[in-house]
Amino acid sequence: MDKLIWLIPILPLAGFIINGLGRNKLPKGLIGSIGTLLVLASFAISVGVFFEVKANYQHHIAIKYFDWILAGPVRIPFEFYIDQLSAIMLLIITGVGTLIHLYSIGYMHDDEGFGKFFAYLNLFIFFMLLLVMGANYVIMFIGWEGVGLCSYLLIGFWYSNPSYADAAKKAFVMNRIGDLGFLIAIFLILNLFGTVNIQEMIKKAQLIHPGYWAVGLAAGLLFIGATGKSAQIPLFTWLPDAMAGPTPVSALIHAATMVTAGIYMITRSNVLFLLSPVVMNIVAIIGLATALFAALIALTQTDIKKVLAYSTVSQLGYMFLGLGVGAFTGGFFHVITHAFFKALLFLGAGSVIHAVSGEQDMRNMGGLRKKLPITFWTMLIGTIAIAGIPPFAGFFSKDEILAHTYEHSKIMYAIGVITAMFTSFYMFRMLFLTFYGKFRGTSEQEHHLHESPATMTLPLIVLAVLSVVGGLINVPAVLGGHEELGEFLKPIINNKFLSEPKEALTPAIEVTLMCISVAAAFIALAYAYVKYNKNGHVPVRDDEERGLLATLSYNKFYVDELYDLIIRRPLDWLSDFFYKVIEKLGIDGLVNGIGAGPVEASKGLRLLQTGNVGFYIFMMVVGIVAILLYSLGLMDKLHV
Amino acid sequence: MESFFNAVKTVPLNHYILLSSVLFCIGVTGVLLRRNAIVIFMSVELMLNAVNLLLTVFSVYRGDASGQVFVFFIMALAAAEVAVGLAIIVMIYRNTSSIDVNVLNRLKW
Repeated sequence: MDKLIWLIPILPLAGFIINGLGRNKLPKGLIGSIGTLLVLASFAISVGVFFEVKANYQHHIAIKYFDWILAGPVRIPFEFYIDQLSAIMLLIITGVGTLIHLYSIGYMHDDEGFGKFFAYLNLFIFFMLLLVMGANYVIMFIGWEGVGLCSYLLIGFWYSNPSYADAAKKAFVMNRIGDLGFLIAIFLILNLFGTVNIQEMIKKAQLIHPGYWAVGLAAGLLFIGATGKSAQIPLFTWLPDAMAGPTPVSALIHAATMVTAGIYMITRSNVLFLLSPVVMNIVAIIGLATALFAALIALTQTDIKKVLAYSTVSQLGYMFLGLGVGAFTGGFFHVITHAFFKALLFLGAGSVIHAVSGEQDMRNMGGLRKKLPITFWTMLIGTIAIAGIPPFAGFFSKDEILAHTYEHSKIMYAIGVITAMFTSFYMFRMLFLTFYGKFRGTSEQEHHLHESPATMTLPLIVLAVLSVVGGLINVPAVLGGHEELGEFLKPIINNKFLSEPKEALTPAIEVTLMCISVAAAFIALAYAYVKYNKNGHVPVRDDEERGLLATLSYNKFYVDELYDLIIRRPLDWLSDFFYKVIEKLGIDGLVNGIGAGPVEASKGLRLLQTGNVGFYIFMMVVGIVAILLYSLGLMDKLHV
Repeated sequence: MESFFNAVKTVPLNHYILLSSVLFCIGVTGVLLRRNAIVIFMSVELMLNAVNLLLTVFSVYRGDASGQVFVFFIMALAAAEVAVGLAIIVMIYRNTSSIDVNVLNRLKW
């Protein structure tokens, strides 16, 4: 199997090259098949790799291909490293990736840029695989930047629409801010440990005393990188805007894979974080704050994809909360289950949008249950899963994070449960608004309503099954499970520095906690049911009055406007100042002044050129006389 | 030849120098002040001749013939210069119907 590993990233890259070059020549069916089958082939190899890693507890595969950067003592080889963590990521990327490619064949069928779209998707898979397979931070960083690039390309896929292009730029710039943090962290790690190889770094880090400030700084900088990629406060506003891209992109990149890169990276570098408890706390607080904040915004959004986008931000916040309280397994568990149900929900939303002729506003939907049965049932499963209702996938992962949060801090736990309640509410709100009641769109749309083709519904069904059973990979002991994922990931997490919780959870408390979160989810579900299904409430139009809180939430707490005010405006002013004063007056003045001096001087001097021959000769004589007088005087002096 | 030398030497050197200077200055003044191209030409000749005279006299006084050789060169040069210069003046006259040098300021800035 080791010999085939290089194929995992190379196959999608080949797909990118073939589809990229042949995007206008190859027939659509062939493009779609190439794009999908190559990722499927990667998936097949990944499955083999996964079972090889799974077979042996301590097994990992490290393959060095060639020396890449050699500069003095710095030696950075091009190297892949596959262990339990990356094996799971490989399965998610290629597995969910294959389904989304398949879905895209149907979804993008009538799009002009079909070939281009598949080329970009393949390229994205390639970079994402590099990110998780890299044995050192530098290769991880190539993938990191590469997925950012693909995200940019795909958000701005319909680039002729200026607001879509702006969304792409926004995502790109915000990611760059985070990337700077990551980059500095890499340099710092190289400086501290003399290596960028993650495993070597982990070995050396074992010897460091916890609380060493430089390690904390490195961890903090890594976290800044993660906030950019994984859309955490303060760099989260790009993700909802990223919904401008085609829906399969939202599912693949902005829900299942790329945005979890931050969690992957932190889990990988967990030793650095465990060495710096302060940073751990910051991670937990930022994660929790993001989870709550995004959930509050999601409560009132009316665009179906925006609801899901804020939900993603919120769930990512949960994952960071898990990492921050030391539940690396829990955080990563949520990555896995979230990949299933959020991809499912996005694809379901895409199916709905497809059915209602591109409409995204839930106020113009409703009553789609009968018309789109497969979409409805799969989305219902996804909604239940994300709301945390057992025994679907989201319940187990969320509950594990919450249980660890409870050990860490009871206040944080309470906020977490409230957030979970919000999650349940806005998800069922979306479900009721979309699928129940009467259809509220135009009659033309109503006439056009239809279930999506098989290429689109098949991935929905597969993901729905995964959303149902996905949680079973890590059933807690108290429910009779074996916590397989936790056992599987044990070699990854550095238990040496993992502090013991203040009070261990007894089974009784654990069950109580579960009951609380399930009850919370059901209360929210009931409230959503009463409000949006029984009473048939529809969110108000944009021109109608809202309550204060609803206005704040609907306008996303004016965060974009706030950034505009405190960052963009001052920068605009500053650049305006530099342009008008420094550039125009200063530099231009200096350069043009130097030019203007001779011009002005010659304006006077050119009057000497009268063209009068007599005058010229006179000046010549004057000159000769002057030279004579001068040389006579000189002669005299020489004689003296 | 000897009698010519003696005849030249009957006048003191200072007088020759003075005469040459006066002739030269008249030539310079003519070049500077006159506007007629031909008169300017003649003034130039006057200056050349003033120098020629001086060279001859110095040559006689020093008993060295090279001064007189120079005079020949200058006269040959003056002839050539007149040939070119007169041709230029004829062309100027054809173009401007005038030989006033002050008319020739068309090439200024």
